Amino acid sequence: MSKARLSPLRSGFVHLALAGYTVVALFPVVLTILNSLKDKNAIFRTPLALPTAETFSLIGYTTVLKQGDFVGYFQNSLIVTVISIFFALLFGAMAAFALSEYRFRGNMLMGLYLAIGIMIPIRLGTVAILQGMVAAGLVNTLTALILVYTAQGLPLAIFILSEFMRTVSDDLKNAGRIDGLSEYAIFFRLVLPLVRPAMATVAVFTMIPIWNDLWFPLILAPGEATKTVTLGSQVFIGQFVTNWNAVLAALSLAIFPVLVLYVIFSRQLIRGITAGAVK
Amino acid sequence: MSSAISSEDNIQSSARPRRWHILVFLLPAFIVYSAVMILPLIETLRLSLYNTVDGQSTFVGLANFQVLFGEERWAADFWRALKNNFIFFAIHMLVQNPLGIALAAMLSIPKLRLATFYRTAIFMPTILSFVIVGFIWKLILSPIWGITPFFMDLVGLKAFFAPWLGRPGSALIAVSLISVWQNVGIPMMLIYAALLNIPDEVIEAAECDGVTGWSQFWKIKLPLVLPAIGMVSILTFVGNFNAFDLIYTVQGALAGPDGATDILGTLLYRTFFGFQLQLGDRSMGATIATVMFLIILAGVSLYLFGIQRRVRRYQF
Repeated sequence: MSKARLSPLRSGFVHLALAGYTVVALFPVVLTILNSLKDKNAIFRTPLALPTAETFSLIGYTTVLKQGDFVGYFQNSLIVTVISIFFALLFGAMAAFALSEYRFRGNMLMGLYLAIGIMIPIRLGTVAILQGMVAAGLVNTLTALILVYTAQGLPLAIFILSEFMRTVSDDLKNAGRIDGLSEYAIFFRLVLPLVRPAMATVAVFTMIPIWNDLWFPLILAPGEATKTVTLGSQVFIGQFVTNWNAVLAALSLAIFPVLVLYVIFSRQLIRGITAGAVK
Repeated sequence: MSSAISSEDNIQSSARPRRWHILVFLLPAFIVYSAVMILPLIETLRLSLYNTVDGQSTFVGLANFQVLFGEERWAADFWRALKNNFIFFAIHMLVQNPLGIALAAMLSIPKLRLATFYRTAIFMPTILSFVIVGFIWKLILSPIWGITPFFMDLVGLKAFFAPWLGRPGSALIAVSLISVWQNVGIPMMLIYAALLNIPDEVIEAAECDGVTGWSQFWKIKLPLVLPAIGMVSILTFVGNFNAFDLIYTVQGALAGPDGATDILGTLLYRTFFGFQLQLGDRSMGATIATVMFLIILAGVSLYLFGIQRRVRRYQF
């Protein structure tokens, strides 16, 4: 640890700056949630006040739940996100194991090929992806989204997981081989449990862009039955733009689950980004 | 044991059975990734060389690019989108990344109280969707609600308030700053991690030599986190030249007012998918996607072969 301590004055400035920016970061979200709980007059007259007994109103939420199929949107988002992450992790871990465990011809090349997608966004292929999905009859299905997001998640999953799998001890795997375990058993029963923390990190990383994506739902699955929360709230808010109660309630409904998950997983996420640097 | 390892490593050994499990492990990822990502990407690049002539898809060479760059109907939109995209990127580089570095530098002060809280709170907007962020800021900047004028009044600047998102001169800057607000957590975290990785001995040695405070930050810490700054820059570059959601949410597919916030992502969407009276045009969509691909490829190559190799890395 650094021995030179900050002078109280400088540490005061640092706290002022950080707290100031924290307010900037949190204020818009807090403001939205607060006002979603008020009646229309209060939203405009006292936007900064907490909802009181007089101004408290859930009218926005009742409008949203009556008019938009938000429960359905949530279900769609949940299905798409969970299944895509599952396959990206499973296939990604398998490929990462092959690349990190075995020496074979083309290993390097395959690793590079699978890494292209880390830097080149999948969106650039949208024209042909849509064409392919039309040909396969998958437009307006959740399957189309799941396929795209699995492919999108794979490169980073393979990259991160193969780094971690290199750290799994060879002695352990060879002991398994001597005990007669097949290569599949070594992967599923020995290696996978050991890289679980890395899998969690990859899952959180993969989840955020999938849950928040607007582009592919808009293009591949814009139908009412397949709308995700992100697209659903986009369309809903666009239609109810003058109904402030409904707009604020829809935004709060979209924020809430993400916020809860973030509070639960923020340590995991931040540890993942900073890769062990955070002590 | 050692013999087991060496036989494992010896590929040429002809006596051993084919190792099918390698194929089984690789195949699912390879198939999904190739079928949904790489082949469509290649097909899109190929489509940019074709166009529909008399109802038939015909090879036209670089004609689509000539139309995009030179023909009146397309060129004006394209060059404006490209210019706007560079401005969008420049604002991120000038505001988001220095702000991220400053926040990271403050967070990494040893034994700073509340650091975890600040870190978690400041990163929070990054996990929200562009749709949420876009609408929230649309409401906050709206003259109807009056939140922004109210705050500007507190500091005596109310006279300077304007509906920024609605004015061609300021809309692009306003949208870029919303994006900065949302994404500043990424440079902050990556540089924060790099700062924490600087060993204490280096800092102590600097202190023994009397290098402290500001000069320590500029002369010791900043050069040591340059690789992380390079990484952040290329991530920003790829993200910005691929951006779409925020502008679509805040300004619509036409990227108003009057196309002032149109970037390559929104242009691609309108061109290929069609919007209102404009019909979707697959070939021109593929052409724009190809241009975006080449821009991103150029940026990534410049980073990988130019910058990343030259930045000196210190092994601790």
